[in-house]
Amino acid sequence: MSAHNERPVLEVEDLSVAFHDRGGELVAVRGVSFAVAPGETLALVGESGCGKSLTAYALLGLLPANARARGRVRLEGRDILGLEGEAMRRLRGARIAMIFQEPMTALNPVLTVGAQIVEAIREHEAVSRAEARARALALLARVRIPDPERRFGEYPHRLSGGMRQRVMIAMALACTPAVLIADEPTTALDVTVQAEILDLLDDLRCETGMAVVLITHDLGLVAEHADRVSVMYAGRVVETRSAETLIAAPLHPYTRGLLAARPRLGTGPRRRLAEIPGQVPLLGAMPPGCAFAPRCPFAALPCRETLPSLDAAGSAAGRVACLRWNEIRASEQSAAPLGA
Amino acid sequence: MSRLTANLGTLGRRLLQMASVVVGIAVINFCLLHLAPGDAVQVLAGEAGSATPEYIAALRAQFGLDQTMAVQFARYLSNVLALDLGFSFRQGLPVATLILQRVGPTLLLMGTSIGFAVLVGGALGFAAARHAGRPLDTAISILALLFYATPVFWIGVMLIVVFSVWLDWLPVGGMAQVEAGLTGLGYAADVAQHLVLPALTLGLYYLAVYTRLTRAAMLEAYGQDYVRTAVAKGVRPHRIARRHVLRNALLPIVTQLGLQLGSILGGAVLVETVFAWPGLGRLAFEALFQRDLNLLLGILLCSSVVVVLANLAVDLLYGVLDPRTTRS
Repeated sequence: MSAHNERPVLEVEDLSVAFHDRGGELVAVRGVSFAVAPGETLALVGESGCGKSLTAYALLGLLPANARARGRVRLEGRDILGLEGEAMRRLRGARIAMIFQEPMTALNPVLTVGAQIVEAIREHEAVSRAEARARALALLARVRIPDPERRFGEYPHRLSGGMRQRVMIAMALACTPAVLIADEPTTALDVTVQAEILDLLDDLRCETGMAVVLITHDLGLVAEHADRVSVMYAGRVVETRSAETLIAAPLHPYTRGLLAARPRLGTGPRRRLAEIPGQVPLLGAMPPGCAFAPRCPFAALPCRETLPSLDAAGSAAGRVACLRWNEIRASEQSAAPLGA
Repeated sequence: MSRLTANLGTLGRRLLQMASVVVGIAVINFCLLHLAPGDAVQVLAGEAGSATPEYIAALRAQFGLDQTMAVQFARYLSNVLALDLGFSFRQGLPVATLILQRVGPTLLLMGTSIGFAVLVGGALGFAAARHAGRPLDTAISILALLFYATPVFWIGVMLIVVFSVWLDWLPVGGMAQVEAGLTGLGYAADVAQHLVLPALTLGLYYLAVYTRLTRAAMLEAYGQDYVRTAVAKGVRPHRIARRHVLRNALLPIVTQLGLQLGSILGGAVLVETVFAWPGLGRLAFEALFQRDLNLLLGILLCSSVVVVLANLAVDLLYGVLDPRTTRS
């Protein structure tokens, strides 16, 4: 994974998403910021309900009717948040594309996969049917679907889950977008197929130089497939840094908890997986201070009163939103001076 | 090639199933009608005014009505299997001839009504779904509810009063002007003119049904993941509505169509009576009152064949519309 000095292709600043109800407003995403450079993979990690998928939907303008996004989203230098109708349609699929968690239901059951890829091309570019077909066949080959000619005319129900996700990827890449958002692309797939799909995404990213936003709850994928990671909790980014340093030395207590809760293959005796005690606070009942404080083993009184900001921490342009990260690290280092 | 033979095999099996269904219906019809008191001889004798018991007995013997029920039943069944529908003693003509004269107008009326209901109702439902929650949707939904709730015979009479009596735009009843002696296109135009009111009367209820069904099926489809995929890849809204949403909403619509073909044939009886339309429904109505059981059984059998065939057509259509239902 290389250093990225280029200008970011996607910049998100202070993005918030709120649901409007008769009862008022429920804020689900609060002040999320990140940037992705061409050819880079940023992972958005968190439990379900932390707002990572909503963040992705906000980028493409796919939020449900009762949700509103605020903040700033710049795609290739252009403000796109709040674009509507035809202006937004021209970007979707063309400059910013998305693949979804459920390949079984994300494809239209009554259209052949070929027709669905051809549609993605012809809605954005004025090419002939024959040319679009040729391009769709090339795309199917590129996502390593064997015998593209035959698969082109097949209906989705004849394909396996992995195949369908490949078709989704082919469709997303049809117009060579600058940004690809992958919303839990492998959660519904077998483990072996998972690895194949993620490797495919890595290869395609290197070939095309597109930026990838990988949304996942699985920190295990992050180490291998992401350059940088933003960990989200209760609608906020709590820690962001390079994937390697995050995995090696997490700073935020929530990230530590997530890493400790990962199942690991090892030689030692089987132990019960570590868990984070307590529950994620409800949207309507956020504590005034740090949202993680009620579950945090390191929480002190100020944590419950003051909302920590996302400040520079550690090395490699890392940031963490924790009042005590420095104290926690210092106490660890004094307790285990020989540790890494 | 193997796929074609597999399909033909399925079709053959379906036809065999249908034949057994039709025979079953014939048996039930026979039993039901013979449970009702009275026969054609009693009606004939009543009309003649002064019938002696000997005359009645002679008529019964002539028609085979003096035999035991079991014998009559066995005769009827063997005749049906030989495609012989018998003779209408009331009309003095073979049942098959009578039915053949009348089945055309009924199919024309049914086809026009259901075609009108599906096309116009589908278009209204489509428009309502695309404007869900907005004034156009409300207007269409109220209109549909109105048609849905209004009795068919009342609509028929009102249409006659307004368009035939007051405005004098359309004929009151019948299928063609007998005295005009038109041929070719002129005749077709004349029949079309006569067809408007009965087809509207029969079709408006089903129009409401298909408006509501299309709207609901489309709103259901709008919530599916593949629609979100289509939006995410930048497909234009009207294309999403047609190609992704309506295309999938057609499946429940076609299912409903198959179920309703039987009931629309029933509705035709009423409409044919109101508009003096020379169809099977009116013939059945007359046969019932004259205790012309041979004719009635023939009509019922013929109707069941029409419904069963229509259902087969719908099933075949379903296979075309939904690739998941075709076996490979």
